[in-house]
Amino acid sequence: MSTETSLSGAELRAYLHGLPGVDQVGADERAARLATRSVKADAKAAAIDLAITMVDLTTLEGADTPGKVRALCAKAAQPDPADPSVPKVAAVCVYPDRVADAVDALRGTGIGVASVATAFPSGRAPMDAKLADTRAAVAAGASEIDMVIDRGAFLSGDYAKVYEEIVATKEACGDAHLKVIFETGELVTYDNVRRASWLAMRAGADFIKTSTGKVAPAATLPVTLVMLEAVRDYRAQTGRQVGVKPAGGIRTTKDAIKYLVLVNETAGPDWLTPDWFRLGASSLLNDLLMQRRRRATGAYADPDHFTLD
Amino acid sequence: MSRLDVRKTYKLYIGGAFPRSESGRAYPVTDAKGRFLAHAARASRKDVRDAVVAARKAFGGWSGRTPYNRGQILYRIAEMLEGRRAQFVAELRDAGLGKDAAGAEVDAAVDRLVWYAGWADKLAAVGGSANPVSGPFFNFSTPEPTGVVGVVAPDSPLLGLVSVVAPVIVSGNTAVVLASEPAPLPAITFAEVLATSDLPGGVVNLLTGRRAELAPWLASHGDVDALDLAGVAADAVTALEEAAADTLKRVFAPTGDDWADEPGTARMTAFLEVKTVWHSVGV
Repeated sequence: MSTETSLSGAELRAYLHGLPGVDQVGADERAARLATRSVKADAKAAAIDLAITMVDLTTLEGADTPGKVRALCAKAAQPDPADPSVPKVAAVCVYPDRVADAVDALRGTGIGVASVATAFPSGRAPMDAKLADTRAAVAAGASEIDMVIDRGAFLSGDYAKVYEEIVATKEACGDAHLKVIFETGELVTYDNVRRASWLAMRAGADFIKTSTGKVAPAATLPVTLVMLEAVRDYRAQTGRQVGVKPAGGIRTTKDAIKYLVLVNETAGPDWLTPDWFRLGASSLLNDLLMQRRRRATGAYADPDHFTLD
Repeated sequence: MSRLDVRKTYKLYIGGAFPRSESGRAYPVTDAKGRFLAHAARASRKDVRDAVVAARKAFGGWSGRTPYNRGQILYRIAEMLEGRRAQFVAELRDAGLGKDAAGAEVDAAVDRLVWYAGWADKLAAVGGSANPVSGPFFNFSTPEPTGVVGVVAPDSPLLGLVSVVAPVIVSGNTAVVLASEPAPLPAITFAEVLATSDLPGGVVNLLTGRRAELAPWLASHGDVDALDLAGVAADAVTALEEAAADTLKRVFAPTGDDWADEPGTARMTAFLEVKTVWHSVGV
């Protein structure tokens, strides 16, 4: 792993501001054009199954109960009880104090347990609390940690603080994979998204993730495009591959397929696996299942026949 | 200098909005003499799917309104239709009716809406009952709306359409309506009436296009609870009933109605479910 530990604030700043700017109109246009690709028939069936395997099935509510987490885990392992040919999802994503429930419920299924941490979703907590949050989740058995960056520090130009937080959280993760959430809806510009991507990758992120899902706008195609370009260029420079996870606002099969097209055309097919691309979602899974059943039965399915999450 | 014509684009009516068909297709509509009138959107099965989603979304709110309020809104539709009388007379004449017949049809359509509006708060009394039981219980049967109703509208372009839509929505159901195929334009103009009548978006969704292409998707759709096949040819009814049987839909088969006749309550009660509640009597 090529994590550089000692970078001064000035060096980071010079580096991040030396990155080429993003052509906003061009990025929007490119994302919109790729979104018009038509994926039909067998290709669509394959895309639906691929998308299901990439889902990080998520429940991040104040009202999450152990029972709800167990129900979600059952769904993750067997998304459609009426059809055993449906693949299982990549991971279940919960709050740190629900990790133990998820680990229990998912034992033996091979499905990852992702936990948000570092005072998700705002990230406004003392560093010690954020690290304690992370260590608690890892100790409870989380195999993936979704941390949020300190957007306040990032926007005020204190890149070193953001960098050091990611490095420290990565260390606290141990063997768990670290996903770094930018909350792109709060970063305002695509230039900032590009800078945050490089900052996080250099600090050792295994995945970069668009949003918490708590702020609108959440994941958008152009933002994901910028991040996919960053991971592609980073691998070309350093040889280390970093994954991407758009999250929030992806609700329909059509949306999911647009993201898959974007991945294939931007980062390349190497990223088209659950190891390197994830979709953070909850209601998306039902839409994927309904489309799958439509293909199997020839009739549009009834949402009442799928579990509510 | 002469003005350029400002022609209306006839689109679909889904979820309170007027989108084009997602397929981008359209088909030419001619008047009774075969002269070109306009292009109407030719809906695809995905438009059917979107319309059912919109209807399902609207169901909770619409069925939760008080019957009195639904009656008011149906009456409001009648008011708005009356205000566009001249426009509908002109469109019905294009569809082949004589001047007097067209006027009479619009009047009848307005009256039909007023008639159904009056039923809104009386259905529970007529369709329900307080049942005597041998025990210390109050026992009530109350009619409730079925859910999303797929309607294949008859070819009578306005009166027929109103006569099948009003009885479905008056009790709190929401509707996905396939308009008359040869004369779809009054249906879309009627959608403009609905859109300006305080009727929540999605309660009525109107699609124009090939009924033979769309009706099977509506009949087999898992989230459609009932079907009114008023506009389906006799030889096509059985296949649709079979498609509907998989999901246990209520099917109201065509009865050869004359739309000018007094309608009766059959269409309203066809899309009701009666729920019986036992309630213990306090001592």
